[in-house]
Amino acid sequence: MTETTEIMTETLILTEALKTALTARFTALADDEITLSHRVAEWTGHAPLLEEDIALANIAQDELGHGTLWLGLRAALDGSNADALAYHRDAAEYRNVPLTELPKGDWAFTMVRQYLFDAWEVLWLDTARQSSYVPLAEAAAQALREEKFHLQHTALWVERLALGTPESTRRMQDALNQLWAYALGLFDPLPAEADAVAAGLLPDVAALQTRWLGLVRGHLEGVGLSIPSASELSASPLPYSRSQHTEHLAPLLADFQRVAREFPESQVW
Amino acid sequence: MTQIQNASASAPVLAALPVETPEQLEAFEARIAAGEKIEPGDWMPAEYRRQLIRMISQHAHSEVVGMLPEGEWIRFAPSLKRKLILMAKVQDEAGHGQYLYHAAETLGATREEMVDALLSGKAKYSSIFNYPTHSWADVGMIGWLVDGAAIKNQTMLAGCSYGPYSRAMVRICSEETFHHKQGKEMIVLYAQGTPKQREMAQDALNRWWWPSLMMLGPHDADSPNSGVLSRWGVKLKSNDEVRQEYMNEHVPELLEAGLTIPDSDLHQDEQGNWRHGAIDWTEFWAVVKGERGLNKERLGARQQAHTDGAWVRDALDAYAVRESGATRA
Repeated sequence: MTETTEIMTETLILTEALKTALTARFTALADDEITLSHRVAEWTGHAPLLEEDIALANIAQDELGHGTLWLGLRAALDGSNADALAYHRDAAEYRNVPLTELPKGDWAFTMVRQYLFDAWEVLWLDTARQSSYVPLAEAAAQALREEKFHLQHTALWVERLALGTPESTRRMQDALNQLWAYALGLFDPLPAEADAVAAGLLPDVAALQTRWLGLVRGHLEGVGLSIPSASELSASPLPYSRSQHTEHLAPLLADFQRVAREFPESQVW
Repeated sequence: MTQIQNASASAPVLAALPVETPEQLEAFEARIAAGEKIEPGDWMPAEYRRQLIRMISQHAHSEVVGMLPEGEWIRFAPSLKRKLILMAKVQDEAGHGQYLYHAAETLGATREEMVDALLSGKAKYSSIFNYPTHSWADVGMIGWLVDGAAIKNQTMLAGCSYGPYSRAMVRICSEETFHHKQGKEMIVLYAQGTPKQREMAQDALNRWWWPSLMMLGPHDADSPNSGVLSRWGVKLKSNDEVRQEYMNEHVPELLEAGLTIPDSDLHQDEQGNWRHGAIDWTEFWAVVKGERGLNKERLGARQQAHTDGAWVRDALDAYAVRESGATRA
């Protein structure tokens, strides 16, 4: 961050517009983590190796923990309640990227998605550590420690499966072909985020995309996988976004919110 | 979570054992009598090894299959905190399975053999996991009662004569104690919560009470494996003794929570022990034999995971070969 932003830290006054931008970003981050955690946890008891039941349950817990962290930051700004937000918003109100709501697929799909997401999250958190909004800087530093382990784990899986058997290579390439356009959705700036980025409060996702591309392209191509070309992607842009979900989010939330909504009078669980 | 203590395991096949001298056996039993731990490289009777592999691997299988009934509820957990706790708990079960498979490996069994025995239906696992989970409160009740019963059994096994199993039990018990506390905390909260939460907690108790008593194994008179296991310091208490400890701890706590135990003959005797009414063992054996309950579904889920994961394990093997080639080159 620049010297100007450091000076701003001491005198930072959050205008309503900045608060709105932060709130929107915290919600988007939380919804990404909550939905992804839900998908990852679906492997618990069904993973290809017992060791991966353990590892994936760990990743799912970390992601859910981060989701709770972001909802806590949002609560500090608008007094909202984390469980109320998670359990009593409908699909249309969720702001996760479609990437995280897609069904878990096979092991290759799960690993490629997690890898692409982890790489994004590590870079986002690494930048957010220097946010002029101190609560965010602190939360990012905390989450980054865990996220680096996820990235190590999934990067190694990407390597092993890409270089394993013809079948594993094919499954990895298929997964990458399906997921790449969805992953790019992580870098769509949120509406009204520009001022918060300019004020040094939030990372600039467009700048992050360049770093992310460098990181994941190097690794994926290094293990022999091909990234779909820009022309292939622009030929069929996704009709989905953080506010326009796939058909998979509503069933995910129907499971996720089932018990909480079955007992609407129960405030305490 | 627990290993089954059923009487269905085959009787010792003494004729097939290698020659063991009376001196060897005497020295081994003297060590056990002196309270020494038997370690992997030590001499041990083949029957001791066989019984331990059977028990430890069954215990490991129980942890792995035990992930399923509760794991199903991770997706439905009604708050972020409960979801996190349940994920951590099921993860612990996987960790216990892994740890126990390693303990059995010290006796010469391989993970592949043990997993094959589970998937083919040859090996047993605790039949408690063949009961269905009907509501969210089942997650709490399993933690409180099933893990509570398992802890009683495992605390005993922590004192057993085989070092690796004994140490595994110490570690596993400390984690199970967390699960037990979490389950109890949840059920006590619901028992004092809204009428619907209360009803859900009572319904869960009605369904889990008898299975939790039965999971501690048949009455002593009907437990044929117990003789040799107690002589060699593997089972330090009988099934009925462990069941009594379980009752004495849990009955007063359940009553204090305001719940009703589904046993009209339940009473306290002159010594202060809580005594249960007659147990319907026909149900227990029907579930053990897979005639009732979800044995097919549970094994089916494990078989499916194994089949679906075959290409992943093949890829890991191929990658390992490739890497070792690269290292040599």
